[in-house]
Amino acid sequence: MAVQAHPTPGRTRPGRPPRRPRPERHLLPYLFVAPFFVVFGVFGLYPLLQTFWVSLHDWDRLAGQGAWVGFDNFTRLLEDSDFYTATFNTLSIFVLSTVPQLLAALGLAWLLDRRLRARSAWRALILVPQYVSVVAVALVFSQLFGRDFGIVNWVLENLGVIGAPVDWTADTWSSHLAISFMVMWRWTGYNALIFLAAMQAVPRDLYESAQIDGASRFLTFRKVTLPAIRPTIVFTVVISTIGGLQLFAEPFLFDQQGNAEGGAEHQFQTLTLMLYKYGFINNDAGYASAVSWVLFLVIAVVAAVNFLLARRSERR
Amino acid sequence: MAVTAPTRPSAVRADRRRSGPRTAARRGPHRLDGAGPVAYALLAAITAASVFPLYWSFVVASHDDNSVLAGTTPPLVPGGHLIENIQRVFELSAFWQALGNSLIVASTTAVSNVLLSSLAGFAFAKLRFPGRNALLVCVVVTVMVPTQLGIIPLYMLVTDMGMYGRLSALIVPALVSAVGVFWMRQAIEENIPDELIEAARMDGAGLLRTYWHVVVPGVRTTATVLGMFTFMFAWNDYFWPLIALPPENGTVQIALNQLAAGYYTDYTLMLAGVVVSVLPVLAVFTVLARRIVSGVMAGAVKG
Repeated sequence: MAVQAHPTPGRTRPGRPPRRPRPERHLLPYLFVAPFFVVFGVFGLYPLLQTFWVSLHDWDRLAGQGAWVGFDNFTRLLEDSDFYTATFNTLSIFVLSTVPQLLAALGLAWLLDRRLRARSAWRALILVPQYVSVVAVALVFSQLFGRDFGIVNWVLENLGVIGAPVDWTADTWSSHLAISFMVMWRWTGYNALIFLAAMQAVPRDLYESAQIDGASRFLTFRKVTLPAIRPTIVFTVVISTIGGLQLFAEPFLFDQQGNAEGGAEHQFQTLTLMLYKYGFINNDAGYASAVSWVLFLVIAVVAAVNFLLARRSERR
Repeated sequence: MAVTAPTRPSAVRADRRRSGPRTAARRGPHRLDGAGPVAYALLAAITAASVFPLYWSFVVASHDDNSVLAGTTPPLVPGGHLIENIQRVFELSAFWQALGNSLIVASTTAVSNVLLSSLAGFAFAKLRFPGRNALLVCVVVTVMVPTQLGIIPLYMLVTDMGMYGRLSALIVPALVSAVGVFWMRQAIEENIPDELIEAARMDGAGLLRTYWHVVVPGVRTTATVLGMFTFMFAWNDYFWPLIALPPENGTVQIALNQLAAGYYTDYTLMLAGVVVSVLPVLAVFTVLARRIVSGVMAGAVKG
């Protein structure tokens, strides 16, 4: 098992005499990949596993490890009505932000896939929100969604959509919509560029034959473009799921209380807010770790469901 | 989330194809119609929506006090007090210190991510060693692991190591990432022919020399995009700095939120802070826009 730079992967060259490996080559490749595994092992994997250990204890964040309580933290969680509210909020905000976002990104990519003047400029401009920090987004949108002087209410009132100003933070649906809007604003352009990259790889002759067959633009999109970029769609769906279910800063900063309650009735408290509240405000690390694990489970299940759905539609 | 892994082979082909769009257009019929007025109108509307919130922050930040928000119509025209408000941001908060902290954290992690990711990427792409495939699978899987969920033990660990409150708490866990390793591996495999590595070896260069003189120059563009995304991600991160640093020695994002906190929020001040926090990043990224867009477009797979 000589360790060596390989000229042709997966094939041996019979004509060449075997090279005696230099001793340091046995070790060097491992040294090259070691930093990643050390950093990930210590600061990624270990904390993730330790979370489970912590969740089985009474554990004060400041005082440290307390008594072993088994699954008490989990049963307490299942009896906590806040937990169900937070789970519902997390899923609701996730769906409200991800579905329209990916659809909008698809449409936008479709527009950008045409021959355009100033193509690079359009592409650069739709990426601008991606450079803006989530804190800035949350602060600015909290103002735009303000009850008394917010632009959103002003526009909606002038269009006659609403009769009286909406207090966006006050209700479940209005707060979920506002938060989803922040997420959409930040990520739509980014996803559009990913889709665009995939669209540009679709073989030209597919479009040409569709054109010859007289297929409409929309039909071509549905029958040619969409199937061809399906792997990319699956990829973005999985990534958006992982990100979307962990939302923290948007709901945390939406009401400026800084208490991670997510409004007076927890109407926009997500699971990550709950994790933060118990872990870092109440210092109940055991309970917060139980929330972590349940959140992990929710993410895994939703990601798997998404993946299977996408795979199934692929076969159709 | 910012640095998204980019694994699709289709993206590689996309990049190759883009190298000759004009020639492609000259051959035969166009594969898609050109854009009509409706398409341009839609694009203009979407672009306006992308830029408007920033423009609006700039407008409010350039007025003298909150009364600008209390009018019957929202403010849409800049006032003349932007510089003054920015000065107040620096007077009333430790914004210089926060900017410095962010700059140190973001640039250190960017440089180390580029170096360590390309080193590991080189090993995965071009060296053969026992266990390589298994280790590579580990890297791919960890891209999907939401590390945020281990945040409480991570906090305890960092505290035990004496890093709480120090910038090292932000830097050390972020020195290298799975996404970076994976990105660089793709780029090295795509861009560096095996013959080149072989030739360097024939000339008697060791692996480190080969890495530095052959691999690094060969993937400079991808490395730059990875560095910029890492920088942006570190600059914009909020959750971990909120936990790992005390508020009085925070990053820009923490300072920004503090400007907004309190019983009475001075919106012109807060949004001036937003402008200060966004402008440096926006300026750099506007200059480099073309390169970044092609980086995202290609999944940064190819330089």
